[in-house]
Amino acid sequence: MIFFEILLLVFLIVCAVAVALTRQLWQAIIIFMSYSLVMSVVWVFLQAPDLAVTEAAVGAGITSILFYLALKRINAMQEGKKGGKSK
Amino acid sequence: MQLSSVELKLLRRFRKIYTIIAFLVSLAMAAVLLLTVFNLPAFGKAGNPAENEVIGRYIGKGLEETGAVNIVAAVILDYRAFDTLGETLVLFSALVAVIMLLKDEPGVFTRRYRERSQFEPEKDQIFRSVAALLIPCLLVFSIYIIVNGHLSAGGGFAGGAILGATFILYNIAYGIEKARRFLNEKSFLRFITAALLFYCIAKGYSFFTGGNHLPSVIPLGLPGSIFSGGLILPLNITVGIVVACVVYGAFCLFNRGGL
Amino acid sequence: MEFHLFTNYVEIAAVILFSVGFTTLLFHQNLMKKIIGFNIMDTAIFLFLAAKGYIAGRMAPILVEGANDPALYINPVPSALVLTGIVVSVSVTAFALALVLRLYERYGTLHLDEILYLTRGEHD
Repeated sequence: MIFFEILLLVFLIVCAVAVALTRQLWQAIIIFMSYSLVMSVVWVFLQAPDLAVTEAAVGAGITSILFYLALKRINAMQEGKKGGKSK
Repeated sequence: MQLSSVELKLLRRFRKIYTIIAFLVSLAMAAVLLLTVFNLPAFGKAGNPAENEVIGRYIGKGLEETGAVNIVAAVILDYRAFDTLGETLVLFSALVAVIMLLKDEPGVFTRRYRERSQFEPEKDQIFRSVAALLIPCLLVFSIYIIVNGHLSAGGGFAGGAILGATFILYNIAYGIEKARRFLNEKSFLRFITAALLFYCIAKGYSFFTGGNHLPSVIPLGLPGSIFSGGLILPLNITVGIVVACVVYGAFCLFNRGGL
Repeated sequence: MEFHLFTNYVEIAAVILFSVGFTTLLFHQNLMKKIIGFNIMDTAIFLFLAAKGYIAGRMAPILVEGANDPALYINPVPSALVLTGIVVSVSVTAFALALVLRLYERYGTLHLDEILYLTRGEHD
C-alpha cells in the first residue's frame, strides 16, 4: 500500500515538473488536470473523502474548464487579429 | 516589438541576473523547507502535536451537538459556519470581479470572432444524444451529494460544482438560448442573492440571541436520516446553489462574455 | 532532535511540489503558466495540511454507528480547512484568468516582459 502511495506522489512530482517544462499551453493544462485527479486519489489515501470529492469536482473539473475557456478566448482573439490584418 | 540594440543588451543582462537570483532563491527556499520537514514529528503517528483535545471535542460531542454524522460537515457548516459564509462571499465577489472584467455588450464577442464559432459543438448529434443520457444522471448525482452532505462525503461545494457542470453541459449541447429559459441573468441574480441572504439570516440571528451559536429551533432529528442535523441540510443546499451559480456564470462569462 | 528522513514522505512530496510550483512562478514569463504554477503551490500546501491531520490506521471522520471514540478517527480540522482552501483557490484562479484575458485584449501578448515593455510610460 505504501508503495502505491509513493508511486502516486512521484507521479504528482513528475506532473508538476512536466507542467513547468512543456512549451504548449494546452498540454500544460491537460497535465494539470491529471495532476488534480491524482491528487484526489492521494486524498482518499489520507482518509479525507470530502476533500477527494471536492478536488475531483472543483480542482480537476472546474479549474480545467476555466483554463480551457481562457485559452480558447485567447486563440479566438489571436485569429481575429490575424484575420483583421490580412483583410 | 521593436527594441534598440542598447535596450536589447540591457534586457539580456537583466534576464541573466534575474535567472541567477531566481535560481538561488528557489534553491534556498527548497533547502529550508526540506530541513524543516526532516525535523517535523513523524507522519501518521498517533500523539502528534496536531492531535490535541480539539479533535476529541469535535468527534466526541459533534453528533449530539449538531446531529451530523459527517464531522467535517459539522465543522464547516455548524461550528465554523461564519467561515463558510465568508467563503461563499469570496466566491460571489470573485464572480462579481469576473463580471466587471469580462462582460461585453450582448453579441459583440460572437460577432467579432464569428470565425471561431464553427468549433462550437452545438449541432453535433452524437454529443447531443450523449448529453441527453448524461444530464439526468448528473442532476440526480449532484442533488444526492448536496442533500447527503451531513451523512457522507461531499456536501455543498462538491455537489454545487457538479450541478454547475451539468448546466455547462446543457449549455454546450443545446445552445445558450435554451439554457436561458431557466437560468437567464435575472433568475441567476435572484437565485444567488436569495441563497446568500438566507445564509446570512440563518446564521446571523446569534448576533442578537448571543450564546455559542449551536442550538437552533430546528430539532436535530435521528442521526443518519436525511432530515437531521438541524440547519446543516438547508445550509448545504444554499452553498450548493451559490457554487453552481458561480460556476455556470463564470463559464458563460469566459465563453461569450455574458449570461 | 531526531530526523525523520523517510517516514515523512508525504510532507517531502508536498515541499517538492511547492518548490516546483514556486520555480514555475519565478522562471516562466507566460502568465497562464504562472497561474498554473500558483495552483500547484496551492495544492502542495493543501497536501501538507491534510498530511498533518492523518493518523495511520484510523478511519475518515464519518461516524460509524455507536462508535464516537476520538481514538478511532483522524483529525477533522485540517480537512475542513483544506475544503475551504480548495474553493477559494478556484475563485482566485477565475479572477486571475479574467485579469490575464483583459491584459491580452489590451496588449496582445501573454509574455510578461513584453507587457511591461508596452506599459512603459503609460503611467507617468
